[in-house]
Amino acid sequence: MKLLSSLRLAIAALFPTLFRRAQLNAEVDEELLAHIQLRADDLEKTGLSRKEAERRARIEFGGREKYRQEIHQASGGNFLETFAQDVRYSLRVLRKSPGFTLAGVFTLALAIGANSVVFSITNALVLRPLDVPHPESLYELQHGNEADGSRSYLDYLDLRERNRSFDDLIAWGVAQAGWSDTGEEPTHQWAEEGSGNYFDALHLQPYLGRFFHAADEHGPNSAPYVVLNYSFWQNHFQGDRNVIGRTVQINKHPFSIIGVAPPGFHGTLLFFNPDIFVPLVDQEQVEGVSTLNVRSVRSVFMVMGHLKPGVTLSQAVSDLNAIGSYLEKTYPKDEGKMTFDLARPSLYGDYLGRPTKAFLAGLMLLTALILLAACANLGSLFAARAADRAREVALRLALGSSRRRIVRGLFTEAVMISLAGGTLGLTGSVLLLRSLSAWQPFPRWPIHLSVNPDATVYAVALILTLASGLLFGAVPIGQILRTNPYEVVKSGSIARAGRRVGLRDVLLVVQIAICAVLVTSSLVAVRGLARSLHSDFGFDVNNVILADTDLSMAAYKSDAIPAMQKRMIQALQAIPGVETVGLIDAPPLGDGENGSNVFTDATVDLRPSNAIADPFLFKVTPEYFQAAGTPLRSGRPFTWHDDKNSPPVALVNQEFARKLFGSETEAIGAYFKLPDGTRIQIVGIVENGKYASLNEHPQPAMYLPILQSPSSQTYLVVHSKREPQQLISAMRTTLHTLDAGLPVGIQTRYSLLDALLFGPRMATIALGVMGLMGAMLSITGIFGMAAYSVSRRLRELGIRMALGAQRKEVLQAALGRPLRLLAVGSAAGLILGILASRVLALIVYQATPRDPLVLAGVVIAMALLGLLATWIPAQRALLVNPLILLREE
Amino acid sequence: MSDQAQLLPGTLDLLILRAVSLSPLHGYGILLRIGQISGNALLIEQGALYPGLFRLVRQGLLKASWGTSENNRRAKFYELTAAGRKRLREETESWNRLAAAIATALAPQPEEA
Repeated sequence: MKLLSSLRLAIAALFPTLFRRAQLNAEVDEELLAHIQLRADDLEKTGLSRKEAERRARIEFGGREKYRQEIHQASGGNFLETFAQDVRYSLRVLRKSPGFTLAGVFTLALAIGANSVVFSITNALVLRPLDVPHPESLYELQHGNEADGSRSYLDYLDLRERNRSFDDLIAWGVAQAGWSDTGEEPTHQWAEEGSGNYFDALHLQPYLGRFFHAADEHGPNSAPYVVLNYSFWQNHFQGDRNVIGRTVQINKHPFSIIGVAPPGFHGTLLFFNPDIFVPLVDQEQVEGVSTLNVRSVRSVFMVMGHLKPGVTLSQAVSDLNAIGSYLEKTYPKDEGKMTFDLARPSLYGDYLGRPTKAFLAGLMLLTALILLAACANLGSLFAARAADRAREVALRLALGSSRRRIVRGLFTEAVMISLAGGTLGLTGSVLLLRSLSAWQPFPRWPIHLSVNPDATVYAVALILTLASGLLFGAVPIGQILRTNPYEVVKSGSIARAGRRVGLRDVLLVVQIAICAVLVTSSLVAVRGLARSLHSDFGFDVNNVILADTDLSMAAYKSDAIPAMQKRMIQALQAIPGVETVGLIDAPPLGDGENGSNVFTDATVDLRPSNAIADPFLFKVTPEYFQAAGTPLRSGRPFTWHDDKNSPPVALVNQEFARKLFGSETEAIGAYFKLPDGTRIQIVGIVENGKYASLNEHPQPAMYLPILQSPSSQTYLVVHSKREPQQLISAMRTTLHTLDAGLPVGIQTRYSLLDALLFGPRMATIALGVMGLMGAMLSITGIFGMAAYSVSRRLRELGIRMALGAQRKEVLQAALGRPLRLLAVGSAAGLILGILASRVLALIVYQATPRDPLVLAGVVIAMALLGLLATWIPAQRALLVNPLILLREE
Repeated sequence: MSDQAQLLPGTLDLLILRAVSLSPLHGYGILLRIGQISGNALLIEQGALYPGLFRLVRQGLLKASWGTSENNRRAKFYELTAAGRKRLREETESWNRLAAAIATALAPQPEEA
């Protein structure tokens, strides 16, 4: 309470009428001069010369400066002057103790910097609305039972026609396309495929040219128009305005450039930055396959639209649910349970939105803790200093200074340190954020995410800075207010040895506890990441290179596809050092996995609700398993004779066998059905693996021979012990000679995991940095406390030594207290950290604090920190020379 | 000069209010007016007038505005506000009571004689 009231006092003292002063000064001067002139006029009339009259008038008037001060006082205090005096005095004081000042500024810079970085990211990802007109009413249609928004194009059309809640509904998807504008070799570009109303429903205006519209659509491949993303237009065409009307090749199909999207618009996913926008009706040309007329395939990535004014979220949801149940009844063969939810499109609804928000909330909490720890740290430093300055304070009080003025001076010091620290921290964070914004974490994905700070971020940083300055500045106030000048001047220092648990002790324990939480969290995260990198994926991540392409990008069709795939396999096989080459349509833990409902052999009615499982579906060549390192447990592998002319077969994983047939032995030779009614025989069992995420439970998966279910999507899996970079360039040349017009991406198996590991990695880096900051803060905190404790008791230590105390006893006397506090704080922090780690488990795979290594790590880390921080004070205590010390007094 | 009386603390404000109650005046004018109405019996350091003036303005008892003096110099003129007039009345009464009481107390008592 005392703290709060002194805080109020200080704020009241700092901010009265601020800016009238300069004007008032000029007025006062003019008025006083006028007085002297008028008096001089009268004196002149008595016969004096003008010069003499003015001189006399000035003398009679008295000390002008003195009266000016009094006038300021009389008209409401002279804030600016005293403030300037305070600032000057504080600067002098701070300059005299550069170590203290630097420690304070640096500590706060770290804390404020961390807070502004995290807040700026939160601001960019969560708080700032999307940069489109009326972002507040734009919602994505998410499935009611899963955080996903993909659905079939036919469903979208029904939803668009039947709903009464949205102004209009947009459907869009993402595709990679082969792009060529001057006849040179095609490159991969990312396309956003939008329904015809895409730009109109978003209320966007083209920067150049025109957009495509609903009226342009007349069935499949009817609208060969492409709109360029502004940044793609800048980078690829150097902003050439004459590109409008030019014809380009997309997957060897002619498209004409009709417009450029406005700068700043890059679709409605915050982090995704497509190069071009094309009409969704051209799906066949852009993706190579058309699924627009298949109700059971979710070919649309997202459906979204602006709610009509006055329609509430729940009204819209029940409207959509009614359409959903209509669709369920009308198309029982294709539709499962259909319910809806509305979410913000910027982070793909809850799919990324929920984990992102949870992660950022956790991070904000941790950075707030860091700031708090920093304030506790600085608060105890200030308190220690105030105690050392007791004599000065007492002297000033005795000479007539008001306590209010002294308190104000201390606050000025605190705020100046916090402002310097805040400025430094903010500058650092701006630099960091700038490079974060330019960062491309995955080379294959067009990631674009501006996390640059805006006015909100600066305002928050300023508020945090001032608040923390006032907070730690308030710590020593009570001490100052209690100072009794007589006692202090008499006794030389405040004798308060052996006091009970004081404010400083509590602050130190709190701070150490917070730091121990941070250290614990970071160790947990690092361990979790290390473990997830060494877990069993069900395939080999080493010695495997992937080459991915889609044959439809070079207009391969039907029989030409398997023929080309075979040629590519043979060509790669011929490269020296290559052991095996396999092929899969989409590898597990890749960009996106396919799946399909399966039915027991006895099922006749093949509607989705009768499916027994929804396993992952991979289409592979016989050599895939050997190349990828996925072990076959029993049965036979595929052969090249498992083709269209032989009976359909499959390999399944252990989980599939267990789920459908109870055991692996039962499964071999057994049959199951696909949604189209095909009976498939299981010829072998492979080991379980990870398919979509690192922390999934065992999932069923099946592998079909690619000759029996062809796919133009092609991942060539090359197993080789050769050095990857050499091999990659050899592979590139080989594939290029086969077909120069086919864009191919080549990378290691390991780097394909980047996207999956992004979250855990970011979490680990963030927590690691926080742990480091926590460690630094505890070092400065303990050091400050220990150094202070030693310097306060130097005389006592000297006496003890003179009386024959041993080194051990001296150390105990000097450092016992800080070390005890360290132990208490660390224990508290460790327990809190263990509790907090449950939250971590959401993000970091296999994050468990009940890991002896983590526990031991925290204990050792804190002990080392304590040792490090008390080293110098301990040396100082041991080097005390009692003779010199006692002579000084 | 030597027969001028020192001002009692707090009385300067009252004198200022009294001086400007007759007509608006600038600072120097107030000084002359006080001299005139007190028969030059009071010693006032010239500069000491101004903190008082600013205090009274701040309290809302005086109103200040710039104008031109009789010999064409720019100067700040002060006049009473309604609150100032009221305060002058009250202060005058209480001063008179005080002065009467002190005078009575200091008057030679019968038993002294």
